[in-house]
Amino acid sequence: MTLVNNRTKAHAETAGEFQRPPRFLNGEAFNKTFKWLSIGAALFILMILGGFFVSLTIGAWPALKQFGIGFIWTSAWNPVTEKFGALPAIAGTLITSAIAIIIAVPLAFAIAVYITQLAPKWLRHPLGIAIELLAAIPSIIYGMWGLFYFAPMFADYVQGPIINLFENVPILSTIFQGPAIGIGMATAGIVLAIMILPFIASVMRDVIDTVPKRLKESGFAIGATDWEVTKAIIIPHCRTGLAGSIFLGLGRALGETMAVTFIIGNANRITASIFAPGNTIASTIANEFQEAYTEIHSSSLMALGLLLFIITFIVLAIARMMLNRIST
Amino acid sequence: MNAVVRRRHFANLVSRMLILAATLFVLAFLVWICGVLLYEGFSAFKPTLFTEMTPPPGESGGLANAIVGSLMLVGVAMLVSTPIGLLAGTYLNEYGKGTWLASVVRFVNDVLLAKPSILAGLFVYEIIVAPMGGFSGWAGSAALAIIAIPVVVRTTEDMMNLVPNSMREAAYALGASRSRVILSVSYRAARVGITTGVILAVARISGETAPLLFTSLNNQFWSTDMSHSIANLPVMIFQFAMNPYPDWQALAWAGALLITLTILVLSIISRVFLRSANSQH
Repeated sequence: MTLVNNRTKAHAETAGEFQRPPRFLNGEAFNKTFKWLSIGAALFILMILGGFFVSLTIGAWPALKQFGIGFIWTSAWNPVTEKFGALPAIAGTLITSAIAIIIAVPLAFAIAVYITQLAPKWLRHPLGIAIELLAAIPSIIYGMWGLFYFAPMFADYVQGPIINLFENVPILSTIFQGPAIGIGMATAGIVLAIMILPFIASVMRDVIDTVPKRLKESGFAIGATDWEVTKAIIIPHCRTGLAGSIFLGLGRALGETMAVTFIIGNANRITASIFAPGNTIASTIANEFQEAYTEIHSSSLMALGLLLFIITFIVLAIARMMLNRIST
Repeated sequence: MNAVVRRRHFANLVSRMLILAATLFVLAFLVWICGVLLYEGFSAFKPTLFTEMTPPPGESGGLANAIVGSLMLVGVAMLVSTPIGLLAGTYLNEYGKGTWLASVVRFVNDVLLAKPSILAGLFVYEIIVAPMGGFSGWAGSAALAIIAIPVVVRTTEDMMNLVPNSMREAAYALGASRSRVILSVSYRAARVGITTGVILAVARISGETAPLLFTSLNNQFWSTDMSHSIANLPVMIFQFAMNPYPDWQALAWAGALLITLTILVLSIISRVFLRSANSQH
């Protein structure tokens, strides 16, 4: 009913408009201008992406010229001697993102399955909205919470015991080594995980919602349990979409700046211990950009930005290709 | 019940419990974060937040200059990004529908939607801050606009896609030109959805900190001059939270609460809008 009513209403409205059209709006000149304006705006979107790449490359050029491709695997980062290498930042980015993804993915999947399959009907919608709203909270809030609340607790109740527990175990004692100060790569990874969780969960929920009801019902009809339907029907059907949402979350984690900058500890060295302070590409740029007085220093930061651009472009492009395959 | 059935039901039970436990575990964390934000924010909340400037260390003050600066930055960013996003969305759903260029633009737009915001800051630093020789409010707005445009494009396209073609055809039948159909039929029918996109974009950029670090920076004083560095809430929160002065940290929490509440209210409004837009079609 509403559908018909609204359409007639809209028709009536537009019909009313046509009685006195401002003449220039129907003119050929305006018609052409409007078309080219919208094409221009669409091309502008492409130009933004191109602009990112070109401007970052130009900014990074002095560093790229001086350090060459070796910039990527050099571990020195020393503004005083003007030696710069991206390895500590790349390592920190990969380690924190890996921790975040390992923690976030199973939990996000559980939440998505709970919302779409298990939760009581009345709870599904509000819970979904709550998750989406949480995904909108700015990352700086997660950073402040991480610094003032999570890090001290993590140091006392998790880091300390783990360090003591593995003190005499050969490899683990190196991975979980160091004073329990709370800030460091593990903390950053965990806070990142909590930050990207609502985001991944809400994409996964949308993906799981695309499973045709008929498929699930045929599963239930032959007596499959909820878990068996999830395992044998939902996961295989959504495999690509689920992977896409993981990549989307990864793209988010790789470039996240504020949440990480608060708690990573800002140390430009590579250590085997995940409890040690470190740095990511984004946190290095955020921390040092205003203090970069030499050209080579700020150019090296731009080179880090260029690396981040390339890495996240690849990850996000993969994510999009996977998600586009299921959506339309 | 035989052993196989028992085992299957047991597996089902275990999985259900694990899923429920995981959900509760995550929700507990999120409740913790929101609780901390509300507690810290409201204990630092006072009416003078809106009337006094950000203070020097050791003194009390408010956030007036940062609030005004943030409103200006976001306002200018939206003035720029709304028309561009609207037109690009128009191309995707009207002129370019089904073309090769439209699918490339759509793909690039989706990638931009998820790009780390810090890159927008570096980009604008290279093209505006460095050539102009200093941080400025204009640069900050440009960086925010770059983040907002993809959001507007995406919702505009989605919302115009909901407009039934029969409505466009009716207008063509009356002899309307293409641009006239878009302006008077597509936009008109999709206006609620398009407004939603703009609101979502505002919500998206209000809390962005990283891009402003390299563009508008911050300002301790009252300033409405967009050609110089300008005070804004996110960078102020970052700088004050990283400092040891308790007064500054309290202000940072108050600012954080202010931003988060704004974003939540905007998100909820857009949700209500979206629901009415969807029920129209």
